[in-house]
Amino acid sequence: MRRLPKALVIGAVISAAFLAIALVSLVWTPHPVTGVSISERLQPPSAAYVLGTDQLGRDLASMLMIGAQTSIAVALIAVGIGIGLGVPLGLAAAANRGSLLDEIIMRGNDLIFAFPSLVIAILITARYGPSATNAILAIGIFNIPVFARVARGGALPLWTLDYILAARTAGKGRARISVEHILPNIMNLLIVQATIQFSLGILAEAALSYVGLGAQPPTPSWGRMLAEAQTMIYTHPMLAILPGLAIVVMVLGLNLLGDGLRDALDPRLRRRLA
Amino acid sequence: MIAIERLTVDIHGAPILNEVSLRIAQGEVFGLVGESGSGKSMTALALMGLLPDGATAGGAVRLDGANLLEKSEAGWCAMRGNDIAMIFQEPMTALNPVQTIGAQVAETLTIHGTQDRRVALKIARDRLDRVGLSHVGLDAYPHELSGGQRQRVCIAAAIALHPRLLIADEPTTALDVTTQAQILDLLRDLVAEENMGLLLITHDLAVVSGMADRIAVMRKGEIVETGPTAQVLTERRHAYTRALLAASAHAPDRAAASRPEVLLEVEKVERTYPGRREGFRRGPPVQAVDGVSFTLSEGESLGLVGESGCGKSTLTRAILGLDPVQAGDIRLFGQSIVPHMPRALRAGIQVVFQDPYGSFNPRWRVERLVAEPFHLLDTPPTGSDRRDRVAEALSAVHLSPDDMEKYPHEFSGGQRQRIAIARALITRPRIIVLDEAVSALDVSVRARILDLLAELQGEFGLSYLFVSHDLTVVRAITDRVIVMQAGRFVETGDTRSVFDAPQHDYTQALLRAAPRLDLAS
Repeated sequence: MRRLPKALVIGAVISAAFLAIALVSLVWTPHPVTGVSISERLQPPSAAYVLGTDQLGRDLASMLMIGAQTSIAVALIAVGIGIGLGVPLGLAAAANRGSLLDEIIMRGNDLIFAFPSLVIAILITARYGPSATNAILAIGIFNIPVFARVARGGALPLWTLDYILAARTAGKGRARISVEHILPNIMNLLIVQATIQFSLGILAEAALSYVGLGAQPPTPSWGRMLAEAQTMIYTHPMLAILPGLAIVVMVLGLNLLGDGLRDALDPRLRRRLA
Repeated sequence: MIAIERLTVDIHGAPILNEVSLRIAQGEVFGLVGESGSGKSMTALALMGLLPDGATAGGAVRLDGANLLEKSEAGWCAMRGNDIAMIFQEPMTALNPVQTIGAQVAETLTIHGTQDRRVALKIARDRLDRVGLSHVGLDAYPHELSGGQRQRVCIAAAIALHPRLLIADEPTTALDVTTQAQILDLLRDLVAEENMGLLLITHDLAVVSGMADRIAVMRKGEIVETGPTAQVLTERRHAYTRALLAASAHAPDRAAASRPEVLLEVEKVERTYPGRREGFRRGPPVQAVDGVSFTLSEGESLGLVGESGCGKSTLTRAILGLDPVQAGDIRLFGQSIVPHMPRALRAGIQVVFQDPYGSFNPRWRVERLVAEPFHLLDTPPTGSDRRDRVAEALSAVHLSPDDMEKYPHEFSGGQRQRIAIARALITRPRIIVLDEAVSALDVSVRARILDLLAELQGEFGLSYLFVSHDLTVVRAITDRVIVMQAGRFVETGDTRSVFDAPQHDYTQALLRAAPRLDLAS
């Protein structure tokens, strides 16, 4: 057994820890986060409140746990949208390289890339109102061209290989070849990209919540916790530091995981082992 | 001048070279011959101090008495390009695509102390003139040159500082025969003129037999036989030398059982590509195949010979129904496949490609790979039926049915080519197209694959369309041959009469350029 890259192990542990916290928060948190109790506001850490409470007397630890749940759910679905739509589009573009379809798909991608995601998110919110769903949509739309490009770029060199020609002489159509031959061989690229988009999704969700376009109260979210703590940053710095730290560590973990996977799945390394 | 003494190389403990000794004198061409994995390239890398990470070398590499293996990396850097220079197999990747060729030749000079860039460029010009590129400017980029011209640029850079030893690792393997002949001539002239030593590494006995003064035959990291070329090739003291020579000239026994039924008719086929885009306009279209006609009968082996870019691959793809044709007709078993090949016909024509490494999806097991063409059948066999058919095909190519469970990387190049043939046989086709199917294989492996092809032809009454640039192989396995040049057929006829008495100038030039293994013994 080959030794796994250190980055991969550290990243996987951090990511798994956050995932576990988010899952636990589905069924249990130390305190309810919807209840406001002004008498308990701005408590320092204690046995009852491990990390203290905020200006409305809500337990910070519980808020962070549910915030992890919000962040992960939003990023996961957004990446899912990107993969679900982007990968088929990219494969279709590669399968019909140079055709009108290829042009339409890739120029459409360029068009989406040309808009800053925040602007689109504001547009969506202005039209449909702020919500976690709309944040997911806005982030998801921007994942589509990323995955379309990665899939197309990975697929193009494969299309020139002899086993693709052999599959064509076996009478297989382009769609079928894309699914049977191309997709499994670009899976490592997609997995690495998914990890990186996932961390970007977490950042984007935090940014949207921060400006009030993401998850709405009372659902806790790291970005909104930051925004609410802003005015108290000199009196109660922990209120801002804790959600900030959560974002940083989570994103760092996912990036390490992505880098580690890239090394572990590198076809050149694998070929040497083969 | 340069001597390798009992050179032993291990990589991470695995033995690569075992007590290799040879010496090369100035003005001498030394041929190092062997099949893949014999250690011939590793010997060259040891001479250049370019052994891969994890390699440990024992013994000595002596240039004028000093042991080079004791040198530091800085010491090596001063030597490389200055005393010992090297050229590689693949001229397409040996040059930096974003630098002019003048800059790349001059680079060798500036690294080794020519201060003035203008002087370096002037010398570069002179060396490029010497290798026959006087009509090419210093400001040309590699992509503007052909493969042969690029190899000349590599040679110019290698000889820029008049090295005493030039190492050429398969310098002509990637080139066409006529280009190969020119490059070999150039190398031979340079050796005489510059009085340098040339270590010519190749798998091709015919190439060394015409070039080298002395040769060494390598196998599994050892030199099995060495001596003057003529002596080694005629006396053949070692069994491996004999086997290698026999394999090089191997012609399988074939029963010429051509029956009159015509399976494939190609009639005035034209294939054009759209011209290159220049801004918003396109250049004139490129005529890759220009009105060619031929037929292939049952049980016949037809050779299609030509140099790269002559249109043979394009024509092959059209016959396989992979590309459309612009004019003419292709009839398979009496039915036209233009513009679209009917699905039912595909099962009757299968193909084996050149590259045993690129021919398989690395993530599939052999069973699934071989069974892929079943997709063509209306009722593909399933379950144990399917496994039986795959096992049968594997047995036909002399592989074990147990190999079904393995992945392609577990097989050698020759075995993979057998798997590719099994895949082509699975639908019981009547025609198999062999697109350079043995070109990437070592001679001894190639001989066995040719035998297998002959055997399968006798057994199943197959027709072969044998597409190749390798004249020796085409001669060994075909009944009729077509010579193709620039999209047209210039000569067609019986293989033997075409090779013995070529009529067309181009065929004559091809045959003249092909290195021949003269075994006057």
